[in-house]
Amino acid sequence: MPNTAQRTVAAVAAPRTKRRLLDRDRFLGSLLLSPAVLYIALLVGFPFLFAIYLSLTDATVGRPVGAFIGLDNFREIIESRGFRAALRNTFVFTFVSQAVILALANSLALALQRDFRGKGLVLFLILLPWVAPVSLSTIGWLWIFHSRFSLIDWVLRQLGLLEGNLFWLGRPDLAMIAIIVVHVWRMFPFSTVILMAGHSALPKDVLESAQVDGAGFWRQLFQIRLPLLLPIMSVAVLFSTVFTFADMTVVYVLTRGGPFDTTHVLSSLAYFRGIFGGNLSIGAAISLFLFPVLLIAAVLILRLARRTEVT
Amino acid sequence: MAAVAGNRARRLALRTGHILVLVLFVLFTATPFAWMLITAFKRDSDLYNPDNNPFWFNEPPTLEHWAYVFQRTPYLQWLLNTAVVGLAVILITLALALPAAYSLSRLLGRWGERLGIAIFLVYLVPPTLLFIPMARVVSSLGLQNTLWSLIVVYPTITIPFSTWLLMGFFKSIPRDLEEAAMIDGCSRLGALRRVVLPLAVPGIVTVVIFSFTLSAQEFIYALTFVTSTAVKTVSVGVPQDMVRGDIFYWGPLMGSAFLASVPVAVLYYLVLDRFIAGFTTAGAFK
Repeated sequence: MPNTAQRTVAAVAAPRTKRRLLDRDRFLGSLLLSPAVLYIALLVGFPFLFAIYLSLTDATVGRPVGAFIGLDNFREIIESRGFRAALRNTFVFTFVSQAVILALANSLALALQRDFRGKGLVLFLILLPWVAPVSLSTIGWLWIFHSRFSLIDWVLRQLGLLEGNLFWLGRPDLAMIAIIVVHVWRMFPFSTVILMAGHSALPKDVLESAQVDGAGFWRQLFQIRLPLLLPIMSVAVLFSTVFTFADMTVVYVLTRGGPFDTTHVLSSLAYFRGIFGGNLSIGAAISLFLFPVLLIAAVLILRLARRTEVT
Repeated sequence: MAAVAGNRARRLALRTGHILVLVLFVLFTATPFAWMLITAFKRDSDLYNPDNNPFWFNEPPTLEHWAYVFQRTPYLQWLLNTAVVGLAVILITLALALPAAYSLSRLLGRWGERLGIAIFLVYLVPPTLLFIPMARVVSSLGLQNTLWSLIVVYPTITIPFSTWLLMGFFKSIPRDLEEAAMIDGCSRLGALRRVVLPLAVPGIVTVVIFSFTLSAQEFIYALTFVTSTAVKTVSVGVPQDMVRGDIFYWGPLMGSAFLASVPVAVLYYLVLDRFIAGFTTAGAFK
């Protein structure tokens, strides 16, 4: 009820209409909010609708206003082998890296529960992959996977496990592993800090009474900590899934979709067909295949948020 | 006695295991950066000998790659471009996100909360979904191949998250303070300026750093909108244009990538806790 009180006080203090209007919460609120909403509508909402429109035409860079051709682009895309490979790769990269990320992030978050000297520095070094610009840090990996001077090859040679070179980015299977390694490397620190926040927000009394009752480490972990961490773990998984799923930087810097177009993902394929190749409508249509997964992620995040609102 | 000794041995084993796990993780995360740094100071004849130990200097270190980076590439121009874009994005983000966040957290009641989550979800819309129509928008505005294209588009990434972060900050400021100021004769906007904004300074600083690092990191829009070397930002200039005609470009490439990554990483690290809090409040833990 303080709002009513404020309004009356303000109205008495300043009877001029302009000022009264500015002190009305609804009016002022909409006024302050509208620039941001307008901006998002113009530069996120409109481009999104425009993407749908483009995908239904045959527009190219040379002929930016295309004719309406219905769902022909989608038909063409679905029938192309390149697209199906990219779709499969996108899911493989995302799910394999998420599984590894979940395992690594959970162990590391647990290992970082204890305090020790130099923890700040260790944390910084662990977070480097996430906080550094990805297009620049992936260049470091490009050098690590170099065909002749690869760091990994050198170590394997010293251990006597390898002669010559593996040609990481020249072979489809190894190139896919390389891309997954870089995705894991970049994203698991993010999931780790989210899980760390979760660990430190666990109710202390529950943990203490488990300790008093004599529950061992593993029992505490699997029967108390992990179940309580489940909501926050889903937050970590949802966001890092979205970030990995839509990313094209790692693929672009490491392989540009090669060798022989075997490592494309949806977004890199959209870039090479739509921007590099100038086929705007096909590129827009390929990008739109990202949307269902983003929508599902958004709905799940909202449901998580609502569940905590009720309790 | 045996039990005590066994306990101590177990504790020691646990401690060693703990340290070992952390060392392995740090090796995994930091090795690429360490090798970038070493490479940037190594002579070509040392780098391109597959029998040399790549982790150490088999010949004396050299500054020749750095001389190359600063004298014969547009690296400084790229850094400058990145700074200009970053500063402009900060200003636009603050101008739009501050009023929006105040409105959502204080003035619009329950609807504010819901709209806030909706705006936060815009952060999930990736550049790869929109870059093709966005390229058309940018070119019809006549901005293609200019820094303006990035200045206009990057706030689509920074505003949603910044608004969400600032909402959290505004909510933590007690309403009584504004109400007291308003009873003393301030208007709502006056109370916002004199009472709320000074208290929200940590949030504003977070948004400034966050907007800057995000625009310095962005790659996809920059790759799409900007083609001339002279108007590139560092995140696109280095991977695109640092590669020379011959194959021995790794020294300058690693040096320039390392030097641009670390300051951005440090800045980002400073606000990371608040950034993460943005995610955890969006999901579950309040």
